[in-house]
Amino acid sequence: MKRSELLSRVLITVAILGAVGMPLFFWMGTPLIHAQIAEDGGWSPDIIQAEVGQPLHLRLTSDDVIHGFAVGQMEMDAVDVEPGKVKDVTLTFDKPGIYTFFCTRWCGLNHWRMRGTIEVNGSNADAEPVPAIPLYVTLNLDIDAPHESSVTPSSQPSAARGQQLAGDLSITPFTDPGFYRANAPYQLFEALAPGNLSDPERWDVVGFIWQSNTTPEALANGKRLYAQNCAACHGENGAGDGVFADDLARAGESSMQNMTGASGMTMKTPVDFTDPRQMLGASPALLQGKILRGGMGTGMPMWGSIFTEEQIWDLVAYLYSFQFEYQGEVQ
Amino acid sequence: MARVELTRFPLIKSAVKNRWPQLAVLILMLAGYLFAILAGLIGTPVGSHNFSIVFVWIAWWATLILVAVPFFGRGWCAVCPIPLPGEWLQRGAIVAPPDKKPKWLSLRWPRGLRNIWLQNISFLLLALFSSVLLTTPNITGIVLAGMLFAAIGLSTVFERRSFCRYLCPVGGFIGLYSQTAPIELRIKDKQVCVKCEGKPCYNGSADGYGCPWDVFPGGLAKNSYCGLCMECIRTCPHDNIAINLRPFSADLAKPSARMDEAFKAFIMLGSAMVYAGVLLGPWGAMKDAAYSVGTGAWFVYAAVFLAIIFVIMPSLFALCISRFENLTSFKKRFATLSTALIPLGLMFWVAFSLSFVLTNATYIFATLSDPLGLGWNLFRTAEAAWQPMLTSVLAPGQTLALVGGLIWSARTAQKAANEAKTPSIPVLVYCFIATLVMLWLLV
Repeated sequence: MKRSELLSRVLITVAILGAVGMPLFFWMGTPLIHAQIAEDGGWSPDIIQAEVGQPLHLRLTSDDVIHGFAVGQMEMDAVDVEPGKVKDVTLTFDKPGIYTFFCTRWCGLNHWRMRGTIEVNGSNADAEPVPAIPLYVTLNLDIDAPHESSVTPSSQPSAARGQQLAGDLSITPFTDPGFYRANAPYQLFEALAPGNLSDPERWDVVGFIWQSNTTPEALANGKRLYAQNCAACHGENGAGDGVFADDLARAGESSMQNMTGASGMTMKTPVDFTDPRQMLGASPALLQGKILRGGMGTGMPMWGSIFTEEQIWDLVAYLYSFQFEYQGEVQ
Repeated sequence: MARVELTRFPLIKSAVKNRWPQLAVLILMLAGYLFAILAGLIGTPVGSHNFSIVFVWIAWWATLILVAVPFFGRGWCAVCPIPLPGEWLQRGAIVAPPDKKPKWLSLRWPRGLRNIWLQNISFLLLALFSSVLLTTPNITGIVLAGMLFAAIGLSTVFERRSFCRYLCPVGGFIGLYSQTAPIELRIKDKQVCVKCEGKPCYNGSADGYGCPWDVFPGGLAKNSYCGLCMECIRTCPHDNIAINLRPFSADLAKPSARMDEAFKAFIMLGSAMVYAGVLLGPWGAMKDAAYSVGTGAWFVYAAVFLAIIFVIMPSLFALCISRFENLTSFKKRFATLSTALIPLGLMFWVAFSLSFVLTNATYIFATLSDPLGLGWNLFRTAEAAWQPMLTSVLAPGQTLALVGGLIWSARTAQKAANEAKTPSIPVLVYCFIATLVMLWLLV
């Protein structure tokens, strides 16, 4: 073979190896976690292994729209995962267990289905805490039973007016957190002796007692969690009219109802937190249960693996702000 | 304007006579092409961050339609990597002289298909799927690989570059529009060719290969089917082949009267208008239909697309010119006069392409640094933000291109009308209305 022919063949081989071989090599050495809308598969992979105390480096990318990444039950800021770009995240777990990671951006109708798990192995010095039994279980509440309030206020109760009225009342039994969590507002309304109070005034006192069971910080935290995780369906103002509400109702009509043996599992229109009959008939424990467990076929996701107990109580406290006019603006 | 022989300059002459500079560029192009296939198949599915989409449909397309075709005609074909692997396989060599006996079947291309109808069809096939093709890296990767394998397959069955000459979806319109380019490859003296023994430019010699495009350079009258591969410059024993600088659209003064080329002009003109409406227009339903390949809406879109190109636009043109009958046959008049649509179509494509190229060009910087979407930052430009470029000059630039195209086509129409011995007015009216529609769609 002539030298020129040999040289050209060498050049071509080098070019092909450079253009295909090298990128292929680097590509194989760069494992990425791909995010896609749930309809197209969600996270891939969706099960990740980690070791206690060992930093876990994750490289995330989106294959379609902007997604967010956060790990439940963990102090971390959600990070955005942009299409075609790579986001590096490093996590360190100090307790073994199964953690849930989830999408924090409203990426599509089934956004809330975008979840995966991180299985953290190993042991740590502290004994593993026994998970607390949720209050709704302790109270033996049927969280799927109707819980409508038979009485509703004629106008929005004011916690500020309630505070002025409460000075003259004996409300000590009702300000106990145990009472607050286990009872619905209408139960407190009925428990308050009519005495000299009109019905609106009794509702004002209920509003005051409900606010006294939370703090501005907790409400602010609840508001933030609500905006990030709940408003897509339940609406920014709690009216059940979030951006996905109509689509959820349509999806329910077209899919869930047709599933064999699941005629009762119909995607429902998201609950309206501004409806007094629903909200004033629900105790914090019942709302906690619904958030923890999810709506069982209604489309309401299960948040127990994502929110901490404190976060759920903050969220519950915030939900009542759609009913009561609390003192000071909820930040 | 007289022609200027560029190969008269020693630097240019030696750059084309020596095969290594061109081969070096070709190998680079092949590497880029293979990388584009790879990126399409394994890179991020996000088109705006994938090399295959950004470098093929934005960078390459911009270079092709805004620079290569208008100024260098088939200049792209001179460095196109698609036929290379098949050609090397066909010859059994990269640069060595070919064996006397063919290594493969080496059949002649079927006589009935020695036209650009297959190219018209292959272009339309891609055009109908363009919304998906232009945005989906996977599909782009598959189509690029498909073209490479088709070229290889045809090289083993037929002689020379059958894929380029008869099947390449872009080769057809590059050839059509290359007639407008101010550059040409031609012989210097016809008598030298007549007397030349063995015709090494067509049959090959120890200095190079016979014309891969199946063209006898001695008979070259227009750019359409000369791929500027430069082999004839290397093989000509009489130094009788030149590359010339010439006036724009010199080939259109003597229009050919081929229906396949006439319909190519309609296909290109119509496609530019449909694209301007569908891809750049405000009609979401049309975009959805074009994107939803296989659905009922897409079939309607495809049917309308084909009807515009094959029925509506040619029929209106026929209607315009039918009132002025003369001794020339209608078919010949139709084909001859459609030459006027060549510069118009080219400028329609320039105007259309300006829009999406300027809008999307900044993706090139980010993709250059991270071509597969793996989080690389090779040239520190991975974080370059997307931003439309030169937005203030876009509309004036498009208007200038369209009006310039109209004037250019009017001049071409007059020459074609003289050739067909018929008034040019109907063609001018047709071009004027088409330009108005395109202006409305784009600006």
